[in-house]
Amino acid sequence: MMVSQLTRGERQGSILIAAAVALCGLALAIAGRNDPLGVHGAFVLVGSVALIAFLLSRLDSPEPDVSRRPSEYYDDPIKVGIALSMIWAVFGMFVGVWVAAELAWPSLNFNTAWLSFGRLRPAHTTGVIFGFGGNALIATSFHVVQRTSRARLAGQISPWFVLLGYNLFCFLAVTGYLMGLTQSKEYAEPEWYADLWLVVVWVTYFVLYLRTIARRKEPHIYVANWYFMAFIVVVAILHIVNNLAIPVSLGHAWSYPIWSGVQDAMVQWWYGHNAVAFFLTAGFLGMMYYYLPKRAERPIFSYRLSILSFWGITFFYMWAGSHHLHYTALPHWVQTLGMTFSIMLLVPSWASAGNAILTLNGAWHKVRDDATLRFMFVAAVFYGLSTFEGSFLAIRPVNSLSHYTDWTVGHVHAGALGWVALITFGSIYTLVPSLWKRERMYSAALVEVHFWLALIGTLIYVFAMWNSGIVQGLMWRTYTESGTLAYSFLDSLVAMYPYYIARTLGGFLFLLGAIVGCYNIWMTVRASPAAAETALKDLPDARWAEGTATTPAE
Amino acid sequence: MAELFHRKIERTAIGFVLAIIAAASVGGIIEIAPLFTIDETVEEAPDMRPYTPLELAGRNVYMREGCYACHSQMIRTLRDDVDRYGPYSLAVESRYDHPMLWGSKRTGPDLARIGGKYSDIWHVAHLTNPRDVVPQSNMPSYPWLARTSLRTDDLGLHLAAQQLIGVPYTDEMIANAARDALGQALPDSDYAAGVQERYGDEAQISAFDGVTTELTEMDALVAYLQVLGTLTDAAYENTVAPEEAPNAEDLAAGPATTSGGR
Ligand code: HEM
Ligand code: HEM
Repeated sequence: MMVSQLTRGERQGSILIAAAVALCGLALAIAGRNDPLGVHGAFVLVGSVALIAFLLSRLDSPEPDVSRRPSEYYDDPIKVGIALSMIWAVFGMFVGVWVAAELAWPSLNFNTAWLSFGRLRPAHTTGVIFGFGGNALIATSFHVVQRTSRARLAGQISPWFVLLGYNLFCFLAVTGYLMGLTQSKEYAEPEWYADLWLVVVWVTYFVLYLRTIARRKEPHIYVANWYFMAFIVVVAILHIVNNLAIPVSLGHAWSYPIWSGVQDAMVQWWYGHNAVAFFLTAGFLGMMYYYLPKRAERPIFSYRLSILSFWGITFFYMWAGSHHLHYTALPHWVQTLGMTFSIMLLVPSWASAGNAILTLNGAWHKVRDDATLRFMFVAAVFYGLSTFEGSFLAIRPVNSLSHYTDWTVGHVHAGALGWVALITFGSIYTLVPSLWKRERMYSAALVEVHFWLALIGTLIYVFAMWNSGIVQGLMWRTYTESGTLAYSFLDSLVAMYPYYIARTLGGFLFLLGAIVGCYNIWMTVRASPAAAETALKDLPDARWAEGTATTPAE
Repeated sequence: MAELFHRKIERTAIGFVLAIIAAASVGGIIEIAPLFTIDETVEEAPDMRPYTPLELAGRNVYMREGCYACHSQMIRTLRDDVDRYGPYSLAVESRYDHPMLWGSKRTGPDLARIGGKYSDIWHVAHLTNPRDVVPQSNMPSYPWLARTSLRTDDLGLHLAAQQLIGVPYTDEMIANAARDALGQALPDSDYAAGVQERYGDEAQISAFDGVTTELTEMDALVAYLQVLGTLTDAAYENTVAPEEAPNAEDLAAGPATTSGGR
C-alpha cells in the first residue's frame, strides 16, 4: 500500500532519504561502538536498509495516475498512522498495567534491569503519550487538514517521512530507557540524538501542514486547524528549549542539559506543563472540534467561544508551569504567577468543554444510542473535570497536600484516560469507516463494550488514586498531641497497597477495552467496501458535509 | 469588532502562526529570564563543591535506573516536610545539578538529605534487596549494581562536558577523573589522597560496597547517596522558620501568607 501512490521518481527519492538515514545510523554505530549509542546506530541502520530493500522490490510496480491527484485525498499515511496508534496504545497501556502491578507486587521486577519500575515507567508514559497520542494526532491532523481545506496534502513523500520518522523517534526513546538511556526530564527523557532527529521530523511536519493549508479552497482556516497549528508550533519551541544539552562526546549517548538547578526546574516544568497543554490538550481539542460536530451532525455551538478558548489556552498555559514547584526553592513570585494563571485557565478550558457539550444539545438521543459519540461526550466531560481539578490543585495550600502524592497521578489519568484516550477512540471510530470506505464499524456492540470497559476502568483508576493520594497526603502531615509526626513514611506506604491493586484492575479493564477496539478496527478494515456512493462524497472538490463541520456557527 | 478582526487573521496561515508564537512566548520569557538575572534566586554558598567523579557516576546510575520517578530531592518549606526530612532545600544546593532531580512523586521518601543517615552497608543491603531491611517496601531490587563494574575510562569526558556548561571542575580534576573515582572507593590506595586534595577533606573515602578488589556501580551509587545534602551547609545556617502546613479543613481559605523564601 505504501508505495502504490508514489511515482517511480518519488520511490527513488524515498530511497535516497532512507539511504541518508542509514548513513546517519552507520555513523552512530561506529562512533558509539563502545556505548549503547552504537546499539541505536545499528537499529537505525538495519531499519533503513530494510526500508530501502522494500522500496527497491517495489520500484517497478505499477505507478499511480498523477493527473488525478488534485482531485483525490492522500489517505494512505493516515491509515498507517491509525494502525500504529492502536499498536502503541496496547503496548503503552500494557506497560502501564505492568508498572502498576509492580508497585503492588514488587517481585514482578524479576531482579532484571530492563524490567524494573524506573526504566519501564518512562516506557509507559512515552508509549501512551507519544506513541498512542502522537500517532493519533498526526493521523487525524492529516485527515482534518485535508477535509477542512478541501485540498490534498502538500507532499507525497513528506507525510511518510513525518509518520515513520516520528515512530523511529518513539522507538529510540523506549528502547533507550530499557537500556538505561534517559535525560530524566519527565516527558523529555530521550537523549540528544533522538531529540535532534525529532526536530528534523517536526520541521517537516510544520512545513507540510502550512503548505497544505495554503492550498485550501476555503477562505478561512477552520478552528480544528488552529489547535493543530498551535500543537505543532509550540511543541517545537518547548522541545528545543528544554532539551538543549551537551553530549559527553559524539560517541556517547549520555548528555548533560545546559540548564541546572532551579532554572532547570523551571524550564522543565514550563516544558512539562505545556506538553500537557499543547500535546495532550491543544492537539486533542483539534480532534474534538472536527469529529464531534461531524459525528453529531451539528455545527459547533459557538464560534466566539472557540476564539476565546483558543487564545486563552495559548496565552495562559505558558504561565502555569510553576504550579509544579509550589513550596520549593523556586522564588515565591514565580509560584504565585503560576497559581494565578492556572486559576484563570479554567475559563478558556471550560469554554471549550462547554462548547463541545452544548454542540450536542438537540442530539442527546444520538449520544444515548451511539457509543462513538458517547466516547466524545464523556471525553468533553472529563476534560471539564480534569481542568477543574488542575486549577484546584494549582492553589498553593491544596498543592501542599496533593504534591508528591498519588492525587497527582489520579489527576493525570482523569485527563489521560478520561479525556485524551476517550476523545481519541471516539475520533478513530468516526474516522475508520470513512477512511476505508465502509458504511460503519464492523460491530456497534463491540464499540459499546469498549466504551463501558474504558469508562469503568477510568473510574476505578481515578477513584483509587484520589483516595490513596488524599490518605497519603494527610498521613504525612498528621501530628500527635505531643507535636511529633504521627506516621512514619512506611505507614503511609503500607496504606497504599489496596489502592495500588485496585488501580491495576482499573487499568487492566481499560487495556482490555483498547484490545477490543483493535479487533473491531481490524475486522472493519477486512470487511468488503461499502457502495461506491459513500466513497464519492469524500473528495477534495465536493462539499462533503454541507453546513456541518466546515462552517462554524456564528 | 474583535470577531471581524479574528476573521482576518484566519485568512493567513503565516499570520496565524506568528500570532500563536507571540501569545505563547510571553509567559515563559517573563517567568524564566529573571531567574538568570536576579541575584537572590540562588543563594551564596562559598563552601559548595561539585560532585567527585565517583559521585557523578553514581548520579548517572540513579538517573539511569529511574530512581527519580519515586524519590524526590526537594524538601518543601512546609513544617511536616522539614520535620520529616530536615531543613528545606535551597536553590543553591542543586546549582551544579545538570539536570536537577527534584522529582514530582514520592512513592518512596525524599532523598535530599539522605547522606550520612544510614551506613554504607545498609545501603548495599537495601539496594540489593530492599525487603531484606524493610519488609513492607515496594522498591525494586538492584542486584546487578554490585555485579557490574563501573566504566571509568570516560569519566574525564563527563567532567569536561560539565565544565563546558559551567560546573567548576578544574583541568586537573578532569585529568585525574578516572584515578579519583578509583581512589575514593579504595581507602588504602595511593589514589585516595588525591581525592581529598582536589575535592576537600570532607569528601568521603570508603570501600562503599565493602569490596575493594573491583570498582562497581554499587560503589558509585552509594557514594552519591552518601553525599546528598552534604555538599554545602547553607541550608543549616538558614534561620527562616518553615511554613505551617495548612489544616485540611481550611484548605480552601486561600494562599498561605508567609513567604517560602529565605
Ligand atoms: C491501561 C491504562 C493505564 C495504566 C494502568 C497506567 C498506569 C500508570 C502507572 C502505574 C503510572 C506510575 C504512577 C506512579 O509513579 O506512581 C503511570 C504514570 C503515568 N501515566 Fe499511565 N496508565 C495508563 C494509561 C495512561 C494513558 C492512556 C496515558 C496518557 C495518554 C497515561 C499517562 C501517564 C502519565 C503522564 C504518567 C506520569 C504521571 C506523573 O508523573 O505524575 N497513562 N501510569
Ligand atoms: C486547567 C487545566 C489544568 C491545570 C491548571 C492543571 C494543573 C496541574 C497541577 C497543579 C498539577 C500538579 C503538579 C504537582 O503538584 O506536581 C498537574 C499535574 C499534571 N497534570 Fe494537570 N492541569 C490541568 C489540566 C490537565 C489535563 C487536561 C491533563 C491531560 C492529560 C493534565 C495532565 C497532567 C499531568 C501529566 C501532570 C503530572 C505531571 C508530573 O508530575 O509528572 N493536566 N496539573
